[in-house]
Amino acid sequence: MWALRGLRDGVVTTRWPARPDPYAAAVRGPATVVAPADADDRLDRLCPTGAISSADATVRLDQGKCVQCGRCVAARPGVFGWTDGPAAAALSRGGLVVPEFAETPDRLAALRNGLKTKTSALRRSVHLRHVDAGSDGTEEWEILALFNPVYDAHRLGIFLTASPRHADILLVTGAGARGMTEPLRQTYDAMPDPKIVIAVGTDAVSGGLASPSYAVTGGIGAVVPVDVWLPGAPPTPFSILHALLLALGRLPAGAGEGARS
Amino acid sequence: MSLASDTLTTLWERLAEEVAAGRRFAGLFGTARPEGLMLSAQLADARGVIAADTILPATATSYPALTPLLGAAFWYEREIADMFGVIPQGHPRPEPLLLPQPPEGALRPRPGESGGPAAIEPDPRALPLHVVGPGLFTIPHGPVRSGVVESIEYLVETPGEDIPHLNMRVFYKHRGLDKRFEGMTAADGLLLAERVEGTATVAHALAYCHALERICGAEVPWTAALVRVLHGELERLACHLDVAVRLADAAGLAVATARFGWHKERVLRLVGHACGSRFGRGVVVPGGVGRLPLTGSGELLSEIGKLDKAVTADVAALMGTASFLDRLRRTGPLSPRRAREHGALGPVGKASGYSDDAREFRPYDAYPSLGLHQPAPRPAGDALDRLRVRWDEVAQSFHLLRQVADELAEAPDGPLRAECDAADGRATGWAEAPQGEVLYDVRLEDGLITRCHPRSASFHNLVLMHELFAGDILTDFPFIEASLGLSVAGVTR
Repeated sequence: MWALRGLRDGVVTTRWPARPDPYAAAVRGPATVVAPADADDRLDRLCPTGAISSADATVRLDQGKCVQCGRCVAARPGVFGWTDGPAAAALSRGGLVVPEFAETPDRLAALRNGLKTKTSALRRSVHLRHVDAGSDGTEEWEILALFNPVYDAHRLGIFLTASPRHADILLVTGAGARGMTEPLRQTYDAMPDPKIVIAVGTDAVSGGLASPSYAVTGGIGAVVPVDVWLPGAPPTPFSILHALLLALGRLPAGAGEGARS
Repeated sequence: MSLASDTLTTLWERLAEEVAAGRRFAGLFGTARPEGLMLSAQLADARGVIAADTILPATATSYPALTPLLGAAFWYEREIADMFGVIPQGHPRPEPLLLPQPPEGALRPRPGESGGPAAIEPDPRALPLHVVGPGLFTIPHGPVRSGVVESIEYLVETPGEDIPHLNMRVFYKHRGLDKRFEGMTAADGLLLAERVEGTATVAHALAYCHALERICGAEVPWTAALVRVLHGELERLACHLDVAVRLADAAGLAVATARFGWHKERVLRLVGHACGSRFGRGVVVPGGVGRLPLTGSGELLSEIGKLDKAVTADVAALMGTASFLDRLRRTGPLSPRRAREHGALGPVGKASGYSDDAREFRPYDAYPSLGLHQPAPRPAGDALDRLRVRWDEVAQSFHLLRQVADELAEAPDGPLRAECDAADGRATGWAEAPQGEVLYDVRLEDGLITRCHPRSASFHNLVLMHELFAGDILTDFPFIEASLGLSVAGVTR
């Protein structure tokens, strides 16, 4: 009975990234600076997490701190806007700041090559382990959504595993709750090399609104070395998929690889 | 009700009498005040949720515990001990809950009082290991568990197959959010309230805003009240479908897991189209809503109709799958007596014949004017009835959503938010989340939050997990856990 029911609605699975997907193109990412603006204290004060800074005469926005509340977009639509599409992740923490600091091509190439050395051994089948280090519960829903029939990460050779011994990629969510420091470190240590860590969500990147607090470290970078930084409150399933493929160097041209470092 | 002058023991006795007479004990919160530690017992009845306050002298290091008289205070008093370092004398198990530390030299966050330690490292060695009999061993299950789940540890004590005793360690993902609220403006506090229990974003935002609106006496405009109900009910659909996904997955029904996962995705996309966030963030604001749904009323109605048809057909198939029902029937039973005594919230209470749905008994926003069609509670109290209650609520949500979409088509243009900028005051706000009632006890001074205690239904209900393993075995565990449908983020904050 269930087998027939499963055929009922045909194929609902996206073909992204091989083919464009209208929903992927439309999902909302973190806020960004849409037009260069001069330094202005009033802009800085718009942001509840202090993501906006005009310290060096240019207004910059650290997307790693953006909780997507939309206050800056609503108050100054000429300066701030939303990023659309799944390309939110970056290979360095500094790469989340817009407009970008001039990153030397050498350093960008070094980051990419470093990751490539790690991931070339993984080829086209990777196993994920997830650890919650103080999330609000939404990031777990969005990671789990990757395995529903719409995103179906299995089609890309991406699987979940229970044992860290079998895991290639560690997805970490949450602001870095101190109670999870030791379990997170043990999970990381139990993974075989090469291993990749993705900080999933603004909380994992910077602590978000949960930081500063006596109970969190303000991002998971304080506990384990992070290879891919993915902001979002929470990041959508497409942007998590994008971050995974970015880590694996498997993003086809045009799928929003961007020039992030 | 002024109870502040009574001595604590007589206050506790009166509380227990009130609860025996039919009011519901909804929580016990602590707040550090200049004159000493204030304990606020929250009591719910048809008039609302009212706090009965009493203040311990600043020098007090202990107080007579409420738990021996009122078992539902079990976790609340342990939390108070963690946060303030006062000992509830006579508590049956005064161990740390959210912040394990060795008793000597322990640091306390003391919410309500500005400042506090910059960092507190939890020390799990402060928690004892309970093993109650010969031949028993403990299976530590967590905090990192298989699958993509939130961090919590269940210590299952077992002779091999049965589960005579279960212990929970919930502290791992404690974020200290109560202290984070302090010093925030009301607008910033809303952003944090949305993130206390992210899967119930709308309900938390509602309870928080209801508290603010009570402080300043704001009346939410009709159109905004409708939009609030729209998002509250969509959130309920998503959460109940998530429970169905987890139960079907636990039973190994691959197609059912995929089908309900797809329906859940459709609900999240509908929410995302309507407001820009898949979890309804930014919709609710103090005094009303931020904006009208971006989806037109006709489109809403058509999408709701399609979803209803698809979900209803799959529910009929699931509830006709004998191998699935066998796993749920008589699994994890909660007796109606215990549900009533504890004041079990949401679907967990309703499946044990006890319902105190805030939408019905303490209605808010547009609920008083909408046909609620409240389904009758179910009596068996097992995981199967908990699922049936969720399906009853799903049908009810579709019914409400249709009414709201119809009403929105004819809703008058006008302001979407009433003025709500209170500077001083204190109030309790509530809302019915998919998990059950959410409470916010908020105090503002000079326009800033000096204390905000969010109490999720997950916190109140999860403690019942201790009692659900009568005759159940290890393989029932995932069914019992999923059937409660709780979020750990809401438990630990």
